[in-house]
Amino acid sequence: MRYFDHVATNPLLPEVLDAMMPYFKEQFGNPLSPYDLGIAAKTAIEDARAQVAALVNAKAGEIVFTSSGAEANNFALKGIALAKQQSGNHIITSKAEHHSIMNTARSLEKLGFVVTYIPVDKYGLVDPKDVEKAIIKDTTVISIIHASSEVGTIEPIKEIAALAKAHNVTLHVDSVAAVGAIPVDVAALGVDLMSMTAHQFYGPKGAGALYIRGGQRILPLIYGGIQENGRRAGTENVPAIVGMGKAAALAKRDLAIRTQHVTRLRDRLIDVIGKVESVHLTGHPHNRLPGHASFVVEYIEGEGMLLMLQAKDIVAASGSACTSKALKASPVLISMGIPSSMAHGSLVFSMGIGNTEEDVEAINEELPKIIRRLREISPFGKSGWGKSEPEATH
Amino acid sequence: MNLKFVENVKADITSDIVYMMCPMHLLKLEEHMGELDEGQILELMTDYDGALEDIPAWCDNTGNEFMGIDEVDDYYKIYIRKARKAVS
Repeated sequence: MRYFDHVATNPLLPEVLDAMMPYFKEQFGNPLSPYDLGIAAKTAIEDARAQVAALVNAKAGEIVFTSSGAEANNFALKGIALAKQQSGNHIITSKAEHHSIMNTARSLEKLGFVVTYIPVDKYGLVDPKDVEKAIIKDTTVISIIHASSEVGTIEPIKEIAALAKAHNVTLHVDSVAAVGAIPVDVAALGVDLMSMTAHQFYGPKGAGALYIRGGQRILPLIYGGIQENGRRAGTENVPAIVGMGKAAALAKRDLAIRTQHVTRLRDRLIDVIGKVESVHLTGHPHNRLPGHASFVVEYIEGEGMLLMLQAKDIVAASGSACTSKALKASPVLISMGIPSSMAHGSLVFSMGIGNTEEDVEAINEELPKIIRRLREISPFGKSGWGKSEPEATH
Repeated sequence: MNLKFVENVKADITSDIVYMMCPMHLLKLEEHMGELDEGQILELMTDYDGALEDIPAWCDNTGNEFMGIDEVDDYYKIYIRKARKAVS
């Protein structure tokens, strides 16, 4: 199988599984237990914490493990909004966020918070000036996606962080698609909170983390015991956390090689598929994730292309994993001004370290044929519902 | 229970554990008392009401001095002075 859906998830690296295995078997202790078995589990978690911290240049004590990137996003947005409720009830986010931020923001609106959703441009970029304009006296938290898993665009986080700081507003970034894919340095970026997840950098599912800058107060999302320094209750998923630590260490070691590899594959794919008639690259042409090539294909639907690609043993995505399942036009693409009809023809190829040039050539060979075939049998025709809207000339 | 209220206490160590879960107040208390020299003062910032009972009781048990609390906004500042001859 030629796997091109690394934004959905990554395969586990064998070294990561090896590091995890003892914690499924003989090292099964509860990290809170005071005897040797528990202490060994606790030590393993603390080692993993240092490894994850090193990947993003944080201090170990600033990393809280969660069950996923989605939990980290929920924890960050709800935790800060509620902790700072007495200072204000206004939240700023963008229209290009993942569901775990978008739906969390909506849930906070129901609790009485006011949310401003910043628009993005045709590349999916947030303009820091728009963020600054949206800040009011009551604004307590800004949450912006670091890099979009749908269109690959990398947002100007450093600029947004500088103005958040100037206005004394807490900044959270959803870096789930960025950490492990590009160099990420919390100190250089100047962010207050950052979400990440292990399975985006060849670690296991079931482990995520939230970076919380030292001194930042946050209300817990899950109450209970004193795990994670009293900030996130629940007996720790020790094997997954150990795996996240190992995966982080490998990502830090190999980041440059990985990036170089997937960038070459990405550029080759964009070079060929981007030239197919009525196929458009989505997201920013240069400022995008190294292994990410996303397109909208006019006149046909993404689902059809995915099925026919799979028949050729090629696996890719259409929109985000969740929108693909719900058969809805991606809100991210819509927010970028792409017409709903065209957004249905979305395709996302995300490359990983296991992909080869041969894999990319297989797509370059098969996809244009698939597009041609589907357009021939499309009842809508080239001038039908899929036609892109003419650009305004005035 | 009679609580003493204090103001403008100058602490040697300040620990902000607001919104952290119980019993973090006791764990942090022990941790920081270990870092202090005799006669020095710990300021513990917490929103946990139970700390108002637990910390004086802990001080009674260990011989450290519970100096009092300062109520601010929606949390407490609790002051503890490390005893000259503390039991723990």
